[in-house]
Amino acid sequence: MEYLCLVYFAEKKLADQSDQEKTTLGRESKAYDEQLAASGHLVMAHALESPSNAITVRVRNSKVSTTDGPFAETKEILGGFILIKAGDLNEAIRIGAGIPLAKLGSVEVRPIHNW
Amino acid sequence: MQEVTSNIYRMESRRILATLIRLLGNFELAEEALHDAFVAAAEQWPRDGVPVYPRAWLISTGRFKAIDKLRRRARFDASLTQLALQIELDGAEKPSDREEIKDDRLRLIFTCCHPLLTPDMQLALTLREVCGLKTEEIARAFLTSAPTVAQRIVRAKAKIREACVPYEIPALCDLRDRLEIVLHVIYLIFNEGYSFTSDSVSERQNLCDEAIRLGCLLIELVPDPEAAGLLALMLLQGSRRDANRSPDKQIILLHDQDRSRWHMEDIVEGTKLVNKVMAGNAVGFYTLQAAIAAVHAQARSTTETNWNRIVALYDLLLLADPSPVIELNRAVAIAMRDGPNAGLSLIDALLNRGELHNYHLAHATRADLLRRLDKPAEAQQAYQQALHLTVAGPDQRFIQGKLAELKVLF
Repeated sequence: MEYLCLVYFAEKKLADQSDQEKTTLGRESKAYDEQLAASGHLVMAHALESPSNAITVRVRNSKVSTTDGPFAETKEILGGFILIKAGDLNEAIRIGAGIPLAKLGSVEVRPIHNW
Repeated sequence: MQEVTSNIYRMESRRILATLIRLLGNFELAEEALHDAFVAAAEQWPRDGVPVYPRAWLISTGRFKAIDKLRRRARFDASLTQLALQIELDGAEKPSDREEIKDDRLRLIFTCCHPLLTPDMQLALTLREVCGLKTEEIARAFLTSAPTVAQRIVRAKAKIREACVPYEIPALCDLRDRLEIVLHVIYLIFNEGYSFTSDSVSERQNLCDEAIRLGCLLIELVPDPEAAGLLALMLLQGSRRDANRSPDKQIILLHDQDRSRWHMEDIVEGTKLVNKVMAGNAVGFYTLQAAIAAVHAQARSTTETNWNRIVALYDLLLLADPSPVIELNRAVAIAMRDGPNAGLSLIDALLNRGELHNYHLAHATRADLLRRLDKPAEAQQAYQQALHLTVAGPDQRFIQGKLAELKVLF
């Protein structure tokens, strides 16, 4: 089964990290992705750019409107995602808990719906 | 080759996991190691051939992979260096012998059924770790959501870790109490599969099969009369699996079942087991229920059933475990032996005590006796009461069917 691990964290928390901490976190994240690839769990992993570069699109009565920034104002923003293959929800939780950025925020584990 | 590996996974993965938990001292680490060991097998076996002792190979590969992984993680978290070293030294000091590996499964069962955990946690953890069911499968079988089951499992593991629950078979002085919990968990798993709350036949059968597998494992590892009694009970009840439901998922009562569809091999094995325990000097809750099931299993019809023996066994069961539900079942046996009136007065007295007032089967049983006494109006009323107490599903359809039959008779 496939699960999407959505990684949320407060931007400020990341910004407040020292350069060394940021480098370590980056290396740790890369190492974790490599480890998941080696164990056959990884489907794809991406970090997202800051919401300040995002556009939210709405369609109402066939009219398109766009606004800057993310869909909702929240403290924790979606910072990246990892799509994994796992045996069951508890294995997915274990993998999600190992994501290094989880230390700064939270990871939402969502089963992929099979049509 | 892929088939060989997946066969070995099916046969051995739970044993290997149980040993890895002992060697690594941690559920999560052991699950990862198990996974990594099978990934390594899928890579190496096609090239180098299947090792002579695949289980030993997988255990030692899993252990080395875990140590290796901890070392790599230690670059970011220095505390892991010590853990990796500890695991390496422990394993080198005392290589596991066969006996110890066999006991690992028992250690795992006792850990999953630790009294510190709530019954919900014990059930979910046992089914996932000992039986290897997926979280989603457990949720479907218990009609719960997967996140609920997943959290029970996560919390149970956290509790085990925080309380430093030792990974061991309880000492002889605690064994009896601890075994009782294990038997109860297996009994609950079986009952959930055997009861009619869920319509999904495969999920239910899955639970029954797992419970029987656990029961077999347990008597292989601990010689205990009640463990044998429980296994006998499950085999005997399970023998009716193809007869107690119609193809359109309606309940078929014992009286109306096609007894040629009962599984003889289970009846023979269950009866043999229960006779052996009944010949001994300690007879308990599960054994007595098994003995009752054995009387039914030997009869060619309900009229040829030895109801006298069944009533006597219910009397003993009430001594072992006094409960109104057992009294209700005894009343049914009395009705079969002495006629519906005798059963009805017992059930009326039981209902008057108030304990079974919200139990739909008490009203349904009462309705059935009234029907047999040619009192259709009162029977109808009792079925209506039973109907109010059920939720949509096989039980409700069964009572609706009975009500419809009564209307035809009117």
